Amino acid sequence: MIRFEPRGPVSLPRMIGVSVAAAVVALVLAAIPMLFAGLSVFGAYGLMVKGAFGSLFAFTEMLTRASPLILTGLAAAVAFRAKLWNIGAEGQLYAGALAAVAVGTGWVSGPSYVLIPAVVLAGALAGGLVMLGPTLLKTRLGVDEVVTTLLLNFVTILFVQMMLEGPMKDPMGMGWPQSEPILDEAALPKLMDRMRIHFGLIIALLSSLAVYFLLKRTVWGFEIRAVGENAAAARHAGIPVTATFVRVGLLSGALAGLAGVGEVAGLKGYLTADLSPGFGYSGIVVAMLAGLSPIGVVFAALFIASIFVGADSMSRATGVSNYLADLIVAMALLCVLVSGLFLRFRIRFVGAPAAKEAAE
Amino acid sequence: MTEPTRDTALVLKLEGITKRFGALTANDGITLDLRKGEILALLGENGAGKTTLMNILFGHYVADEGRVMVSDGAKGVRELEPGSPHAALEAGIGMVHQHFTLAENLSALDNILLGTERLASVRSARAPARQKLQDLMKRSGLTVNLDMRVSQLSVGEKQRVEILKALYRDARVLVLDEPTAVLTPQESDTLFAILKKLSAEGLGIIFISHKLAEVIASSHRVAVLRGGAKVADLATADCDRRQLAELMVGHAISETAREPGTPGATLFSLNTVSAGSGRDALRDVTLDLKSGEILGIAGVSGNGQTMLARVISGLEPLKAGEMQLDGKALAASDARSMIDMGFARIPEDRHHDGIVGAMSVSENLAIEAIRKPENQRFGLLRFADMASRAKEMIKAYDIRCQSEDSPARLLSGGNIQKIVLARTLETEPRVVLAAQPSRGLDVGATSEVHRRLLDARARGAGVILISEDLDELMRLSDRIAVIHRGELSSADPAETLDRGTLGLRMAGHSTEDAA
Repeated sequence: MIRFEPRGPVSLPRMIGVSVAAAVVALVLAAIPMLFAGLSVFGAYGLMVKGAFGSLFAFTEMLTRASPLILTGLAAAVAFRAKLWNIGAEGQLYAGALAAVAVGTGWVSGPSYVLIPAVVLAGALAGGLVMLGPTLLKTRLGVDEVVTTLLLNFVTILFVQMMLEGPMKDPMGMGWPQSEPILDEAALPKLMDRMRIHFGLIIALLSSLAVYFLLKRTVWGFEIRAVGENAAAARHAGIPVTATFVRVGLLSGALAGLAGVGEVAGLKGYLTADLSPGFGYSGIVVAMLAGLSPIGVVFAALFIASIFVGADSMSRATGVSNYLADLIVAMALLCVLVSGLFLRFRIRFVGAPAAKEAAE
Repeated sequence: MTEPTRDTALVLKLEGITKRFGALTANDGITLDLRKGEILALLGENGAGKTTLMNILFGHYVADEGRVMVSDGAKGVRELEPGSPHAALEAGIGMVHQHFTLAENLSALDNILLGTERLASVRSARAPARQKLQDLMKRSGLTVNLDMRVSQLSVGEKQRVEILKALYRDARVLVLDEPTAVLTPQESDTLFAILKKLSAEGLGIIFISHKLAEVIASSHRVAVLRGGAKVADLATADCDRRQLAELMVGHAISETAREPGTPGATLFSLNTVSAGSGRDALRDVTLDLKSGEILGIAGVSGNGQTMLARVISGLEPLKAGEMQLDGKALAASDARSMIDMGFARIPEDRHHDGIVGAMSVSENLAIEAIRKPENQRFGLLRFADMASRAKEMIKAYDIRCQSEDSPARLLSGGNIQKIVLARTLETEPRVVLAAQPSRGLDVGATSEVHRRLLDARARGAGVILISEDLDELMRLSDRIAVIHRGELSSADPAETLDRGTLGLRMAGHSTEDAA
């Protein structure tokens, strides 16, 4: 018979251990379909490691992929900390990208030190504003934000498509639904020659530190934690619960918007409607894998990015679809959710009564 | 009460029961026996291990050591299979939990039969079952309308359904966990009369309690648990209140008593306030609180006390009427404004409204004043100052915790209440609202709460004490008002009231009816 007994406080090493274990179990489980596909498991994982870490190019590609994941991961982590379930990072990312393109393609002109901050701020603002609606609906009318943020993803992406087919379509784009290219002065600087890695990574890392500092050291962070852990007690203690939700909503949306800014102004240079391969949704996995810790988000994003980049590389070499990456990421999320049980409960196997009688 | 003769048949024996949860030893080698027709009171503070022991008996937990023996009629005594509620039921052990385990949308009869019937023969079992229950009700006095939905029954009636459920399954041992916690004094008296009748017919009864008065009045024998161990097992006739209290706490205790005070001018008042909707709504409540007095609010749970506390805590908007402080209507009555105007609010559900369990003791001590300059500068928290102030409060209020950084949820109920007391009373509030401040607390923590409330009164604060414990109200209050179905009676001096009058008012009879 299996019994669950509640545990005491959870230590930091145990939390990290559980996240790492979840990632390892996900990789082991993903080996099963690999075997069915006739691959050598170690060979395939070797190719993935090589694809993500095997060369300077591979490594910088992985970091480039990690940048938006860190930001969308932070967006989810900070919102989930307040128990504001923002599932809309994907849409907020597109909103941020759209605003970056609107500002950065010639609407204003000036030197880099004006344009880059303008583009970054516009993107953050747009992402935050998209999240403002669902937050106000939640605090004023009690509308479930899971539904509104999720559905707003489709609304936002369709709106982006409309803009790309219409007012913001590049006249020189040979008819493709894409925006005009970002001005050179507005583009985020590259970090290395001949590599795609860009300043977006620095923005992501700084954001992670900033969110950590905010949650740990500031009154606003205190209020976010209090509201997230026990909204009733927070309200009773006179903490402005509604204002806290609005702040968290704006911050979460802004972080997702920054991810969009990095992708257009740092990587692609122009906006298309297939800018993001689901960074917003993967951000939720990143946040959960990180145990909602802003510093942990960086490491979780690096792991998820290595899986994606590594799987791309492995699929080119073996011909196995890179859907395998999605499978591993999904497994990792499931493993993290299950491991929450192990964090909170000690599981004991108790001898069945029949066995006990036999022993007597 | 006369004790059943010692040689009466043993129906239940717990032998050396030990149960550990991690580092905590909840039960430490407890041995206990129960005879046919005996009422055994299991007395102990919260956390003494009473409920754990009964959960082992009923198979919810498995003991680490020791065993439960039950008499098996003619076949003699046998060991009860551990960890199986089913086996406990089969052996004739019935349990009435503190929180009832009834399906609200089924009738009383359905609830009683639930789980006793075979799927194939639902129809045929009903008539004989009803007959058996009618007999049981007639014999025991546990009358309930069997066809009424449980959701329409009163708390006392629900409890009777629970007891009937156990008796219907031919229980030879009945265990009741804190049975009087939800009852009016009159209902409690009725319950104990019924229990005595049942015991006279041979039922063995164990009831868990921390109320000394009812233990002394209604049990044959009392077993006292402290810190997980059995410290005494006495015939009730041989012991008195003080002796039991000291056994329970482990040291001599002094009961707090109120000195006559000198109430000042009216400080805070409610004028025809209505709020909320449904069962717990307030209707035209008028109340005035003077400085330097404790105003007690008595009532049976669920008659609007919760709403009254929420209104004064600033959590519920008023539908009509107004609140006044110093004769002036309050401009705003949200939680923040109430705190800033000098209201200390002690919530009735301290785990739910009083603390943020995942945050540290220090953070919980600072939470109401987190935006005050002593806790922050330019929006940045002043951790060192918060920690040093927390250390002082932990010392002054004797909050037992590993350190000021431990998560508050790890503390016991009494220590959580001390956190709430420390942070609300430290600011020398003018009005103190204490909602069920000693509910679920042990004797030591309760007397600490009482002392703090009396201190506040002596300092000139006005205290509103909402409680379901009449002894507490009589001991502390200068005046007592009764709340019934959302309406508050006028407050009368405590000296002019007795338990009987209050009990009648709590049941909704006006003063004229009583006369």
